[in-house]
Amino acid sequence: MIITRRTFVKAAAASGAALVLSAAAPGAPPAPVMRAVPSSGEMLPAVGLGTWITFNVGDDPVLRDECAEVMAAFFAAGGRMIDSSPMYGSSQPVIGYGLEKLSRPEALFSAEKVWISSAADGPAQIEQSRRFWGVPRFDLVQVHNLVAWETHLETLFAMKAVGQIRYVGITTSEGRRHDLFEQIMSAHPLDFVQLTYNVVDRGAEERLLPLAAERGMGVIVNRPFRQGALTRQLQGEALPDWAAVIGAKTWAQFILKFIVSHPSVTVAIPATTRVDHVRENLMAATGPLPDAAMRERMAAYVRDL
Amino acid sequence: MSEWWTYRLEDFLLFSPRVYWRMFELANAASWPLHLLTLAAGLAIVLLVLRRPRRHGLWIALVLAAFFAFVGWSFLWNRYAVIDWAIAYVAPVFGLQAPLLAFGGARGSLAFNRRDIAGRLGLLIAVAGLVVYPLLPPLFGRPWASAEVFGIAPDPTAIVALGVLLAASGGPVPLLFAIPLLWLLISGLTLHAMGDPQAWLPLLAAATTAAALALRRIAR
Ligand SMILES: NC(=O)c1ccc[n+]([C@@H]2O[C@H](COP(=O)([O-])OP(=O)(O)OC[C@H]3O[C@@H](n4cnc5c(N)ncnc54)[C@H](OP(=O)(O)O)[C@@H]3O)[C@@H](O)[C@H]2O)c1
Repeated sequence: MIITRRTFVKAAAASGAALVLSAAAPGAPPAPVMRAVPSSGEMLPAVGLGTWITFNVGDDPVLRDECAEVMAAFFAAGGRMIDSSPMYGSSQPVIGYGLEKLSRPEALFSAEKVWISSAADGPAQIEQSRRFWGVPRFDLVQVHNLVAWETHLETLFAMKAVGQIRYVGITTSEGRRHDLFEQIMSAHPLDFVQLTYNVVDRGAEERLLPLAAERGMGVIVNRPFRQGALTRQLQGEALPDWAAVIGAKTWAQFILKFIVSHPSVTVAIPATTRVDHVRENLMAATGPLPDAAMRERMAAYVRDL
Repeated sequence: MSEWWTYRLEDFLLFSPRVYWRMFELANAASWPLHLLTLAAGLAIVLLVLRRPRRHGLWIALVLAAFFAFVGWSFLWNRYAVIDWAIAYVAPVFGLQAPLLAFGGARGSLAFNRRDIAGRLGLLIAVAGLVVYPLLPPLFGRPWASAEVFGIAPDPTAIVALGVLLAASGGPVPLLFAIPLLWLLISGLTLHAMGDPQAWLPLLAAATTAAALALRRIAR
């Protein structure tokens, strides 16, 4: 590279910024543990952000700003993946609003879905979603709940081939259609699969998680808190003393640490309306994580409550 | 939908209770002081039913039609459909009540002349929709600003319509019950899925109307 005055000034400014950053590091939150996307090696923080219900706030200006604050705290804590779907009401334009307000954070990893029964309308729906987010292209597009999956997958692989999206995936939740899910995973070179997995919903451990590892597919975990029912249910219970060993200060962190410590899991995507919760959730991906024996102990403890 | 039996009512809820009730707050703030006009028009409807001056059927039908069109467009289409795509399909149906009412009124075949038990119960329902509904927020621990008002919010609009229709006779009357009943069912189920203690109110209004209609049939 030829060093011009301009690039020199830029580089100097950047290294200056890096100095400031590292000087500020002691007070800043520790960075979340990173996971490699198996198909590319790209590194992603193990906790992302879901948007189902929590970001569907319509045109409400107060709530839109609250969502933008959650996003700001998410990126500030080192988060990258935000997951949405055309099914989630106004969540997509609300994400777009937040991204614009935050001057389009470079760290963003956009995970979207295609969800339309008429397969021919898939490309138009993806384009509409892209406009809502205001991004040049999506990093990942997933076939939501396997709706019209055969044709949508063809579309997505074609888009990936010409660089219109970077990764292709499929989703399910709450243990639905795992048989078909497995067949699709076996037959198609997916980059990501998204499914429900947590300390009480462990069905995916039997076949899907091992298959994802075998086929080199990233795993995105939805409904980590059973849409909040699990955290509410555990609220009244005391955390075991040994939760401190894995650095879990709350039940939410206990559950997230259980999820992201599974060797096949790439990212868990809890949704929240609260800045303190988004920070707490990202903190769960820092510090020690449980090993296999500890994970069994965690599951048994919750089961026996 | 595949494996539909694994879905619960809550799985179809796309928004939180907070977003739902703030939608009413924003709608109220945007349309104030239109509430005074809609409530006055509602009371005028009740008076017209009681007094039955000449062409009262036309006037009642036209006023109700105007509010169905307004609520369908301003509340359901412009606000509710933004947070729930399913409402984009429901809003036009709600609005369809407007031409149905206007058509019924214009044909001169509507008369609000029934004074049997069902008719009287109907007037009671209409007054409840007008007067009681806006007073609900403090009972359910919500701010006054989230009040549901006839002519602005869909539930009291549908309830008042059903009430006065119970006192009506003439051509298209049976047809006119369908849309408000359907709406109250949707609204009641939505509130139920939200775990809202108010859920039984729209369902009760719909059930009472249906029971009154059934009673009238049996009496005949
Ligand atoms: N088929 C599919 O593709 C599919 C299906 C389901 C979900 N998803 C994706 O997965 C994401 C996550 O699933 P989900 O939204 O259903 O449920 P979830 O993430 O399991 O739970 C969300 C709830 O947990 C609460 N919460 C978040 N952080 C918390 C904390 N630290 N402490 C206590 N409570 C906390 C939130 O309440 P507060 O707002 O009070 O924090 C919220 O109500 C979705 O948003 C969506 O992006 C995809």
